[in-house]
Amino acid sequence: MILAVLVSAVGVIEAKHQSRKRFVTLQALEKVRDQMNVEWGQLQLEQGTWATHSRVERIARKKLHMVNPKVDEVVIVEQVGQKP
Amino acid sequence: MNAKTSELAFRGRRFLVLSVLALAGLALVARAVDLQVVSKDFLKGQGDARYLRVVSEPAHRGMITDRFGEPLAISTPVDSVWANPQELILARDSWPQLTKVLGLKRGALERQLAAKRDKEFIYLKRRVAPDLAEKVMALEIPGVALAPEYKRFYPAGEVTAHVVGFTNVDDEGQEGMELVHDARLKSIAGAKRVIKDRFGRVVENVERVSEPQPGQDIVLSIDRRLQYLAYRELKAAVKSHRADAGSLVILDVHTGEVLAMVNQPAYNPNNRHKLKSSDLRNRAVTDVFEPGSTIKPFTVAAALETGRFNGNTVVDVRPGYLKIGRKTIRDFRDYGIIDVSTILQKSSNVGASKLALAITPEHLWQTFASVGLGADSGSGFPGEPSGLLTDFGAWHDIQRATVSYGYGLSVTAMQLARAYAALASDGRPLPVSFLRRSEAQAAELAALYEPVLSKSSLRSVRQMLERVVEKGGTGTRAAVPGYRIAGKTGTVKKSGAGGYIEDSYLALFAGIAPASDPRLAMVVVIDEPRSEKYYGGAVAAPVFSRVMAGALRMMDIPPDNANSPPGQRLAFLHRAQ
Repeated sequence: MILAVLVSAVGVIEAKHQSRKRFVTLQALEKVRDQMNVEWGQLQLEQGTWATHSRVERIARKKLHMVNPKVDEVVIVEQVGQKP
Repeated sequence: MNAKTSELAFRGRRFLVLSVLALAGLALVARAVDLQVVSKDFLKGQGDARYLRVVSEPAHRGMITDRFGEPLAISTPVDSVWANPQELILARDSWPQLTKVLGLKRGALERQLAAKRDKEFIYLKRRVAPDLAEKVMALEIPGVALAPEYKRFYPAGEVTAHVVGFTNVDDEGQEGMELVHDARLKSIAGAKRVIKDRFGRVVENVERVSEPQPGQDIVLSIDRRLQYLAYRELKAAVKSHRADAGSLVILDVHTGEVLAMVNQPAYNPNNRHKLKSSDLRNRAVTDVFEPGSTIKPFTVAAALETGRFNGNTVVDVRPGYLKIGRKTIRDFRDYGIIDVSTILQKSSNVGASKLALAITPEHLWQTFASVGLGADSGSGFPGEPSGLLTDFGAWHDIQRATVSYGYGLSVTAMQLARAYAALASDGRPLPVSFLRRSEAQAAELAALYEPVLSKSSLRSVRQMLERVVEKGGTGTRAAVPGYRIAGKTGTVKKSGAGGYIEDSYLALFAGIAPASDPRLAMVVVIDEPRSEKYYGGAVAAPVFSRVMAGALRMMDIPPDNANSPPGQRLAFLHRAQ
């Protein structure tokens, strides 16, 4: 009887200890998740800012000197045998 | 004797001591029973109240994206700084640091704390940047803590302002799609019960009271690239013509999806401090106007449907005006005897009136109503008016004539675009949609609508509208090199309280492209251009041309006008090899 009580007591202690350990891990992981969420949000915003059409257009025109091709510079390649 | 008395006294004292001990033991047992059995629930409750806490777990609001999944509205986690006034009020020394870091006014903080002295929670500053939140926490001021929240951000800013709308500080939709689909986007915060220590750290999760439910994502029909292009061109046009306002709508003619919708003036939804209420107006959907000459294709379509007219039927529009009762309908000049197609090309009011008078008012009304003029476009936008198309029963000759060239009825830019989309497709007036429609959905929807105009009259009206953009037409500046464009200009006198206002116009252009196999319908409205030019063909048509050229290129729609640009002939040669 006494032995059984002792065994179960040790069992309870072990279970509680395990649950605390797991909880600490869970907390750490949740924190990591939250940080990643924050980072994901910031990256989305950053991407949004960098990819603003007006910015892309400005860089394309000013820095890379890109222009829309003129009409007579456009060449249309059509598959042979298909009606235009 | 001595021994006897002393023994008696000893027994008395022993009894006394024993009974005191027994009583004490009993008292202990009684107390133990009291604590463990009688007051157990009360005490446990009190204990829990001191360290068990229910904390809310915020969930994020759904994302709004364009048709390709580019984000137009996203919620990112941020922190809000809050304080327990009862604790903060004691830490007077740290106030200057706090106000400095958060950029608050000292006096305001003092007043706020004094007013909320008996509360346990006030926001100091909501939605701060993560680095600022770290700085605040580094100060280690008692009673100051962070609460996780979400901040709504609109990456496209002003470009999609009227479509997407915005939310208020409590994450509730206030305008645009944020308002229309608030129920779907909305998130439900979860709650969990935890044990906290003296410093407010969570020591143990006890149970989850409710799951946090993030809102659903919404995919709009908008194409962010077209939206930006439309925004840029409309803004430039409104500015250069010193106009009051402007709207532009692009529809996919086969699905009824709105690919772009912009208005000027607009606002930046990320920074609404300088917001004027007039900037909020989503003019393309909420503002009605008389469509003027842009309605003439439908008058012509009604005439063609009777079978008594075709594109070559001649109409005498001499001498350039037409008297009906006391009113006179005027043309820009006397066009002589012209065919129906030229009525559209030159935009003859007299010609349109004569066509209208030659058909029954019921048939004309029926044609207008069936393409959705004067009716809700189905956009689902808050505050969309139905427009106005009075019943034909009340039309006298003069109304029949004026309606034929677009006065005496009113529409929104969206409704006009929908009517042109019907003209451009197979004659089905599909309700427009701001949400992406799959091909299956579009087909299913199309099955619910009967074509309201015959294929042959649609084809001939489109051919006539191509002449508007060709040499000699009123809308030559709407032409797009390499493509066949069909469209119609409009210059409408604005009406005010006491009738029509002198020198106050609306410049319009409505068109479809490519004309050989239409894919897009676009309406451009420029409200009160103040430069020397005010005609739709001079003000609105160039905007149409620039936006349509970009849109056709971005959507990979092949050029259909083989003989217009020289560069392409090379390509056809290439093909022959």
